[in-house]
Amino acid sequence: MAITVNRKKLTFWEKLYLPAIVGGLKVTLKHAYNTLFLGKVVTMEYPEQKWTLPTGYRGAPYLVKDQDNSTKCVSCQLCEFVCPPKAIRITPPGEHGQKADRTNAEKMPAEFEINMLRCIFCGFCQEVCPEEAIFLQKDYSLTGLSRSEMIYNKEKLLSLGGEVGGIQKWKLKLDEAKAQENFPVKL
Amino acid sequence: MNWNFIIFSLVKIAIAIGVVQGIVMYSVLAERKISAWIQDRVGPNRTAPPFVKYIPVVGPFLTRLGVFQPLADGLKFLVKEDFTPGGVKKIYFWIAPALAVIPAMLTIAVIPFGSNIGAQKMVIADLNVGILYTFGIVSMGVYGIVLAGYAANSKYPMFGGIRSSAQMISYEISMGMSVIPVLLIVGNLNLSQIISWQSTHGWMVAYAPISFIIFMVASFAETNRTPFDLPEAETELVGGYHTEYGSMKFALFFLAEYSNMVSSSAMMVTLFFGGWTLPFWGLDHAATSFGMGIAQIFVFLAKMLFFMVVFIWVRWMFPRFRYDQLMDLGWRRFLPLALVNILITAVWLWLRS
Ligand code: SF4
Ligand code: SF4
Repeated sequence: MAITVNRKKLTFWEKLYLPAIVGGLKVTLKHAYNTLFLGKVVTMEYPEQKWTLPTGYRGAPYLVKDQDNSTKCVSCQLCEFVCPPKAIRITPPGEHGQKADRTNAEKMPAEFEINMLRCIFCGFCQEVCPEEAIFLQKDYSLTGLSRSEMIYNKEKLLSLGGEVGGIQKWKLKLDEAKAQENFPVKL
Repeated sequence: MNWNFIIFSLVKIAIAIGVVQGIVMYSVLAERKISAWIQDRVGPNRTAPPFVKYIPVVGPFLTRLGVFQPLADGLKFLVKEDFTPGGVKKIYFWIAPALAVIPAMLTIAVIPFGSNIGAQKMVIADLNVGILYTFGIVSMGVYGIVLAGYAANSKYPMFGGIRSSAQMISYEISMGMSVIPVLLIVGNLNLSQIISWQSTHGWMVAYAPISFIIFMVASFAETNRTPFDLPEAETELVGGYHTEYGSMKFALFFLAEYSNMVSSSAMMVTLFFGGWTLPFWGLDHAATSFGMGIAQIFVFLAKMLFFMVVFIWVRWMFPRFRYDQLMDLGWRRFLPLALVNILITAVWLWLRS
């Protein structure tokens, strides 16, 4: 059924348009004045000014080192497997390859490449990594002059990644377990 | 006809065209800057030739102001590939931009942009029928647009062209009608005479305010500016009549639009705001010295630039009219209003005489 919406009849004054025009000119003039003289600009001039990124921001994934400055990654290749756009390529050390540079790890990758052109910053690699060796960090503007330049190798990833000491996951698991112990805390 | 006349005319033409082009270039910048300010933005503030950053203070300031942006834009238009799409009607496609831009330039010829410097009148052609000439030339501008729309051989430019022809023809009538009271009051078609009448009697806008309003609105429509920019309504017609154009040919349409703005502003200043006169500082009569002549040119330019800013300002505050509203406004409001205005003026003049 058609519904008729009764439109408001305009008064003569409104029909003249003029009051609306003057109002519009006033509004725009106010805005122009504010931007020009009071500096109320909404534009962020990007390369000079930057965002403050929120915690949990997912930028480029980098490999991290532990507190002893040794590689945390154990070349398990889970991240390579889980990566949706297949951005990660790991070359394992092989049977007689280099040993891990830290204790209680068997191996570390001979080469670890992330193609930043493919990476979609999804964070799956960070999520899946059993060793907490890869983290999405706060870099978002990666640039390069060639495709090959955008494939970051192990050395570069490690140097960009910085240090995240220890393994937090057991602590987290412990906290979780403790939380479950006294689950119905409040009744 | 003597050599003196020819040489001075050529000099005046060269200067007038140069100045108009300069104004056009920088009104594009003004358009972008003013729109930015109105929308709380910054506007073009990066472009600069490489040496500018070594100039202290002034260099960065000019860069932030975007002073070099028009140069970059112009260069970009010049070096772009001049592309002619496959299905267009070639001859018309090539003629259209020229047809749009030439009338826009020609109107400047009769505008008195100053009183005189020495013995030279500061008008390129002091025609006795200045106003008629302007209207004749202005109405030619529509051909460029219609032809562009037709030549593109594609539907949206076609719509743009058709809209524009209808719109321009409708508003030309109200525009023509709106100046008749001015002519009645002054009793002369010569623009210089109209200005000298205003210098003794005061600005025309006080005598014929309704004429001024109609003229102003009609010139918005004539120049295809918002709120009457239906021929190039981006949201409906892709780009309007110049959808298929690129590089310098597109730039010519741009040029035409802004030159039209310049000439409409100049006309408004001449007809209603006393042209190069100012009621104080002794600038209200024809110049007697060189400096005064120059000052009057600047007075004229200042008044004209004010109207340019109004054009731009209105564009960034007004939504577009619907097509039927546009026609309604043109034919059923402004035309009768203009007629009544003529009648009232005539009766008033008759009663006074
Ligand atoms: S963030 Fe996602 S896409 Fe990027 S490397 Fe990790 S898993 Fe692959
Ligand atoms: S980064 Fe983590 S998931 Fe990927 S190979 Fe190394 S240890 Fe395994």
